[in-house]
Amino acid sequence: MFSVLKKTKALEGRIDEFLDTIMEAALEFKQGIKYYLDGDVEEFEKRAKHVDQLEGRADRLRREIENQLYSEMLLPEARGDVLALLENSDDVLNIIADTIVEFSIEQPEFLPEITDQFMTLVDVSIEAVEEMVMAVRSYFKDITAVRDHITKVMFFEKESDKVGEKIKRYLFSRKDLRLSHKMHLRTFVSYLQAIADKAEDIGDRVTIYAIKRMV
Amino acid sequence: MVWFYLLSGLFLGWSLGANDAANVFGTAVGTRMVKFKVAAFIASVFVIIGAVVSGAGAAHTLGKLGAVNALGGAFTVALAAAVTVSWMTKLGLPVSTTQAIVGAIVGWDIFAGVLIDTKTLTKIVSTWVICPILTGAFSFVIFKLTKALLKFAKIHILELDLYTRCGLLVIGAFGAYSLGANNIANVMGVFVTANPFKDLNVFGLFTLRGTQILFLLGGIAIAVGIYTYSYRVMKTVGSDIFKLSPIAALIVVLAESLVLFIFASESLERLLIRLGLPTIPLVPVSSSQAVVGGVIGIGLARGGGRAINFGILTKIFWGWILTPLTAGIISFFSLFFMQNVFQQKVYEPVTHQITDTVLQKLEAEGVKNPFLDSLRGRIFHNSRKLKYYLKLKSNLHWSEIDKVIEYSLVDSMMIDSNVAKVELKPNWFTEGQIEAVKRLHGTVFAHRWQLADTLQKLSPEWRFKPKKRENRAYNKDLAAKYQKIFHIFRLSRIRKEEEFEGGTHSKGTA
Repeated sequence: MFSVLKKTKALEGRIDEFLDTIMEAALEFKQGIKYYLDGDVEEFEKRAKHVDQLEGRADRLRREIENQLYSEMLLPEARGDVLALLENSDDVLNIIADTIVEFSIEQPEFLPEITDQFMTLVDVSIEAVEEMVMAVRSYFKDITAVRDHITKVMFFEKESDKVGEKIKRYLFSRKDLRLSHKMHLRTFVSYLQAIADKAEDIGDRVTIYAIKRMV
Repeated sequence: MVWFYLLSGLFLGWSLGANDAANVFGTAVGTRMVKFKVAAFIASVFVIIGAVVSGAGAAHTLGKLGAVNALGGAFTVALAAAVTVSWMTKLGLPVSTTQAIVGAIVGWDIFAGVLIDTKTLTKIVSTWVICPILTGAFSFVIFKLTKALLKFAKIHILELDLYTRCGLLVIGAFGAYSLGANNIANVMGVFVTANPFKDLNVFGLFTLRGTQILFLLGGIAIAVGIYTYSYRVMKTVGSDIFKLSPIAALIVVLAESLVLFIFASESLERLLIRLGLPTIPLVPVSSSQAVVGGVIGIGLARGGGRAINFGILTKIFWGWILTPLTAGIISFFSLFFMQNVFQQKVYEPVTHQITDTVLQKLEAEGVKNPFLDSLRGRIFHNSRKLKYYLKLKSNLHWSEIDKVIEYSLVDSMMIDSNVAKVELKPNWFTEGQIEAVKRLHGTVFAHRWQLADTLQKLSPEWRFKPKKRENRAYNKDLAAKYQKIFHIFRLSRIRKEEEFEGGTHSKGTA
């Protein structure tokens, strides 16, 4: 019994570590973009590399957790839900990692007048991810708290839509810019909106899964 | 031949194992929380323990309903119940072994002309209604408590999963124990009076009473049923019929097990008596119907009357009526065939004789009627006919008629101090009680009350205490001792044993 409990605790620890990794990657992403916008390319590249490493670690952890859940026939009722949650959370991290790589490759030229707004967009999108991670964590430990986090996820997602739209409208209202430049920057705004969108998707799932988990 | 007669009971046991083990482990196995192999092993072991250790209480009540006193009769009664269960299962009705066996016993009572103990029958039938309601109430309360506890405790889903698995195993074991204790009466209860087994000392460690050996066999039959056939039923129960979360399933099984336990536990009964609380009748109840009650309880706790599936409730209600009726009819006609076509003895006929001694006893008890005097010397071979006869012809009160029937019943006994030495265990009977019996060596009694009166005169330890709540346990135990005395010194039994021993002897010399 004690060895089983120990094993269970170890698995719980791994799930926590997986969620920590996503959170860390999200915060690292935010810092990276900040450095990028400030023009500190070296620091940006360091952060981008770290995000990439975290993404690899999260993948590895997810596979381990999934294998253990299946091989030890744990959570027969909720296993499908748990796997979906883990995989979708991993998808958020993938989008984050892909986005920062795109920044590194394409080096978009940001206009100084939209830098603040763009940073706000980064903030709200990453906050959506943070709340989403907390919601997923609550799903495992304290389903009563899920709702609070989901409400925040939805709020930040909407905010990211609003800020994103504002930036896009501004970009396309400028007659002096090349269309290619406008479209290039628009793509990056969309990337960040996609992060918040995915976080909201997961939030929706957690809501349903939490209802299913109610006794 | 004894084994052949037991076959119908074993068949009934098998079908009980096949069907009812799913009520304990169905959801656990159906939701893959517990492996079938583990569930089957635990269920089998604990069903047997429950049957052997705690099966007597509910069996005693069934025995009161109808003491089937011939093996041929017991065989037929159990067979009638088994056939009814199989048939109704095929029709898709939620059938209960309990209700089938009760119907079959009443069929025997009618066939054998034995009076039906309406008090016991009412007690049994009322528990059928109470059982699902009580399970529902239990599961409702446990559900609310669990929900509050989980909200407060904030347990990780993986740990909760682990605890639920352990709970399903532990409570499953308790459920299997309660199922064995409560439902063994259905399987082997009818064989108790005609029990062919003697007490058996197991390597000097402990003694298995004859009834316990009978229950052990029944328990093994249930275990075989669990291993051979219950997997399919568990799969169906777990995945189709009751779609419950593992924790809700755990609550239902716990509620069901508690109900089966309280309707079977003699120790609980003693405790309640000691505490001066009203006791719960020890009656075999239906585990399937308890489960339905439990699921409804959960539904109501989750909120809304939508939880009540009136279709299932109607089916259960019809089961209460149709199952015993069908079993009773099948039992009655099978007994007729067994007796007249296969020439098997299906009951020991009862005899009532109104003698001077009986009339004196009745007078001493305050029953005096000129009509009774006119019956002096008359013999009746059917309790029920005597009852109707007295009702029609005399102006006796019904309680007086009951006394006439009780005191005129001929049940000859001869006391043998050697038998007393072997059969009356000093850990149950007091020294004074055993001594009083031994002093009656060689005496023959025609009626039970004669032996009882004589013993009461010889020793104060054979006297009942005043009818007060605190004396209930003592008086119940003393009544059981009287039953044991009547059983071991009964002349018909002694003769049968002599025949049996003679038979084996001649076989040995052949």
